[in-house]
Amino acid sequence: MATHKPPVSAAKSVFPSKIPPQPPASKKTGPRADSAVTAVEMGARQREISVSEFFTKNRHLLGFDNPRKALLTCVKEAVDNALDACEEAGILPEVTVQLEVVATGPSAVPPVSQATRFRITVTDNGPGIVRQQIPRIFAKLLYGSKFHRLRMSRGQQGIGISAAGMYGQLTTGKPVKIISRTGPKAAAHYFEVQIDTKKNEPLVHENKQIQWEQPRGTQVAIEVEGRYQKGRASVDEYLEQTSIANPHVRLIYRTPEGDTKEYPRAYHELPPSPKEIKPHPYGIEFGMLLKMLHEAKSQTLSSFLSSEFCRVTPALADEMCIAAKVSPKAKPRDIRGAIAETLYQTIQATKIMAPPTNCLSPIGEKAILSGLYKQIKGEFYTAVSRPPSVYRGNPFIIEAGLAFGKAPDGATKPEKPAMPLAEGEQEEGDSELARVIRYANRVPLLYQQSACATFKAVLATTWRNYGIAQSRGALPAGPMVIFVHIASVWVPFTSESKEAIAEYDEIHKEITLALRECGRRLGLFLRRRERAASEFRRRNIFELYIEEVVEACNRLKGGKLPTEKLKAQLHKIASSRTGGIKTDETLGKTGAGPEGLPHSIIVTADGIEGDAPPTPHVSRTIVPVTEVPDGIRIEENRPSSKPGRRQTAKPAPAKRGARRDAAVPSFAKMGSVAQPAGAVRTRRKAQLTRKKR
Amino acid sequence: MAKTKQTKNGTVEKKLIGLADLVITAAQRAKDPTMAIPIRALSNVTFNERKGLLEMGHKKQARSFFNVGMAKKFMQTMLVADALSELQRAELTTSLREIYYRTKHTIQDSHENTFDTQDESDPIIEDLEVSLVALREELHVRAENGGSVVGPLVLGDDGDRVDCAKLGKGGYSVPSIVEPEYVEIRRCTADFVLLVEKGTQWNRLSEDKFWRRYNCVLLTGNGQPPRGVRRLARRLHEEYRLPVYVLVDNDPWGYYIYSVVKQGSINLAFESQRMAIPKAKFIGLSSADPERYELPRNVGIKLNEKDIARAKELLNYQWFQKPAWQAEIKRMLTSGLKYELDALANKDFQYLTKKYLPRKLKEKDWLD
Repeated sequence: MATHKPPVSAAKSVFPSKIPPQPPASKKTGPRADSAVTAVEMGARQREISVSEFFTKNRHLLGFDNPRKALLTCVKEAVDNALDACEEAGILPEVTVQLEVVATGPSAVPPVSQATRFRITVTDNGPGIVRQQIPRIFAKLLYGSKFHRLRMSRGQQGIGISAAGMYGQLTTGKPVKIISRTGPKAAAHYFEVQIDTKKNEPLVHENKQIQWEQPRGTQVAIEVEGRYQKGRASVDEYLEQTSIANPHVRLIYRTPEGDTKEYPRAYHELPPSPKEIKPHPYGIEFGMLLKMLHEAKSQTLSSFLSSEFCRVTPALADEMCIAAKVSPKAKPRDIRGAIAETLYQTIQATKIMAPPTNCLSPIGEKAILSGLYKQIKGEFYTAVSRPPSVYRGNPFIIEAGLAFGKAPDGATKPEKPAMPLAEGEQEEGDSELARVIRYANRVPLLYQQSACATFKAVLATTWRNYGIAQSRGALPAGPMVIFVHIASVWVPFTSESKEAIAEYDEIHKEITLALRECGRRLGLFLRRRERAASEFRRRNIFELYIEEVVEACNRLKGGKLPTEKLKAQLHKIASSRTGGIKTDETLGKTGAGPEGLPHSIIVTADGIEGDAPPTPHVSRTIVPVTEVPDGIRIEENRPSSKPGRRQTAKPAPAKRGARRDAAVPSFAKMGSVAQPAGAVRTRRKAQLTRKKR
Repeated sequence: MAKTKQTKNGTVEKKLIGLADLVITAAQRAKDPTMAIPIRALSNVTFNERKGLLEMGHKKQARSFFNVGMAKKFMQTMLVADALSELQRAELTTSLREIYYRTKHTIQDSHENTFDTQDESDPIIEDLEVSLVALREELHVRAENGGSVVGPLVLGDDGDRVDCAKLGKGGYSVPSIVEPEYVEIRRCTADFVLLVEKGTQWNRLSEDKFWRRYNCVLLTGNGQPPRGVRRLARRLHEEYRLPVYVLVDNDPWGYYIYSVVKQGSINLAFESQRMAIPKAKFIGLSSADPERYELPRNVGIKLNEKDIARAKELLNYQWFQKPAWQAEIKRMLTSGLKYELDALANKDFQYLTKKYLPRKLKEKDWLD
């Protein structure tokens, strides 16, 4: 032990509760006598440890527990940084991720499944990084722009990318290679950096100007020990889910096998840039308040309160001071001890307006829909953005989405030949369970699903109410993807590796509300579809059996029956008894679909519900064109669908027609070029410094 | 004889073809093809006290094609009718199960089978029997050979002479169709017919040559007696004036077997005319016997819930209203026990042959 860990005592001092390590004890003596160490001896061993050293040993805290996860974490950190930088600079992100197998030692390049070493190269078209900052950003832990402000971003602490570099350095000994260029007129800089784990400082190995074909952007290449395996919680899954929640990103992925996958941009508008906010008094802990009081620049307590916190007006500040029996004119530095505690309690007891929510940038219903629609083949999509809410003084927004069914996929497959079923045999049922995809600030969460507040909320929702089967304590069953996103200035993760969201009551409540809304819409869709299908089945039954009955009659009559005539007569009766042409229309028989449903985007599946479609977007008839209905129903063949082919069961009343017009083109537009009119959004030109977690 | 068969077949086939005509006419008139099927349930059965048998009422249910709930059954009925007419034309007999296989196929362009299990096709055959007023034998459908007979009885079967007194202890296996055209009773010198519920007891009696000592015909149906056995008993009763005694377990199911032999079954009440033996007697095992024959209580079996429910149903049947029967069933309910025939072996292996039946016959201890 002692040989393996030289800075042992130092490392231990992080956990003061643990017993200091014992030096190799001289044999048979009791624990107290000879082996005892004096405080002086102990003191000689005690020294500072750097963060880098700490994380070298505790890499699992950052998501480097095993080679497979480490590979994912490295990709994730690099991509998150790239996206944050692009968005902050107001650039529509275009990110390329490349994974290559690297041979270890002199041996040939192993096959992908056997490979243990990979080179990860992530390139973006972001603002680039100024030369001086490059080493520290990539080779110093806890260095970055995101930690000290309350603003929504993917990264939070400034650990991620340097930790990835450090992991690479630790497992392969190779430095992180960076190319960055801040604009077409600037030079591209090439860096090779490593981290001095003792000092937590960067070591620059190489620094030169090079020719780079990209006019602007950053490229990071890290060599790490890893394992590449597809499936759950893989790099592939991460990129796919990223592309769902970030439809404004164009993502190119070169797999280790040498394939290129492209996740195209489906939404041509940057998310609104979130504002930075001051902390809300409710979200502050007592110790934090003391520290702020101590460091305050303000002359009076009253101005301190109103300037350092959001939603505290000078009047309210005075009021709080008086309530806490402190003079509003008191110097903030003088507030200490009991007085500070009273002040703190008074603040917590005062009614203060909820924090502003412009610090959040939700994905938006429209973007979630296009993301889901782009990546998941389904029949029904819906998305819900909840209004902002607050936990412990931190504003957050919950968004949920749902993709259901698999028709478009199934329709392209050739109908499998009807196989006669033997007695006791049954048509294979769908026992597939829903898949939950979770996001925090647009970053997919791939591990610790069952510990996550979102997953628990999905379980706690009674999906049966919406026509979905669900066993007790299990996920709902069915071909369904459930999307949950939390956007917050400070996402409460259960651990540093950011894998699961902690279960605050407020968060749980909001997720549940969003899921219920999705469920209601899905239930509505399913009921409508079921109704249409049962009408179809009704007719279908007769059509199926007419053939049989006619043949039996023919045989009974000795084969001398004009069968065609009899069939035609029976078909006529069948048609008149099942609602005739009207049913034909409902079933979309005129356009013929696999289930008798017209192939088009239908917002209101049938008119039977009357003029008031129960989906909550009824009230949106008058909203601007940019608003998209939250429930979109899609049949196969959708890109080609023209407004003329769209059908509703009943001629839509003028009101609904207008809504449809408002709804459909804007969705269609998402696939095309520009941003919808009226969606002009102010974009802040961020300073061209790379942000990191 | 061949001639009568021919004409009969002709009428049955005509009836089957009539179903096709029904569809054709309805189609021409743009009407929903509908057939009327007599209801085969207790609600449509009456007990004719004068004749002492069950008669089917006139209630009918419509089965129409253009009704989602009935369409499949209608289609199935047509398929079975087709298969039955095929049998008529080919002059073949077949089993219920073969009919099921014959009519089963996957409907064109679908994953649906015409029939999924035999449970779907069997009731349809019964439907056709009742609605066409044709016996199952006339439809050329036979049941399993479910029974045995032994005794001073000579039969002619397909021209073979079958002497039921010379068939060892195995006896003659009763075919499912015992109509005079198929099985001829050439001679019978017995004094009575003993119909035993269980094969084991029949074996005991046969092995002990009980029939020789008491000059009777021993019949068994292995449980609920199949049509062939019931029909043979009825023919012996009718043609040779032989009294019929029924020996069953002492439980509600035994009582019901007796009542089926005597009055006919609810399901096929229309066949009672030809099957029922209103004068059949219940010889045992009666709920009074355990006491009278000193059967120990420990050979009884506790009545379960189903038994009790069934016994209470029997109490309400019109044909169990005779005071003796009410007393019989109530006695069983009060004791809370049922007894199997096999329980008699508790006293002696041959107790049934040597003590029980002789005493019963001597004392004329039976229920009507």
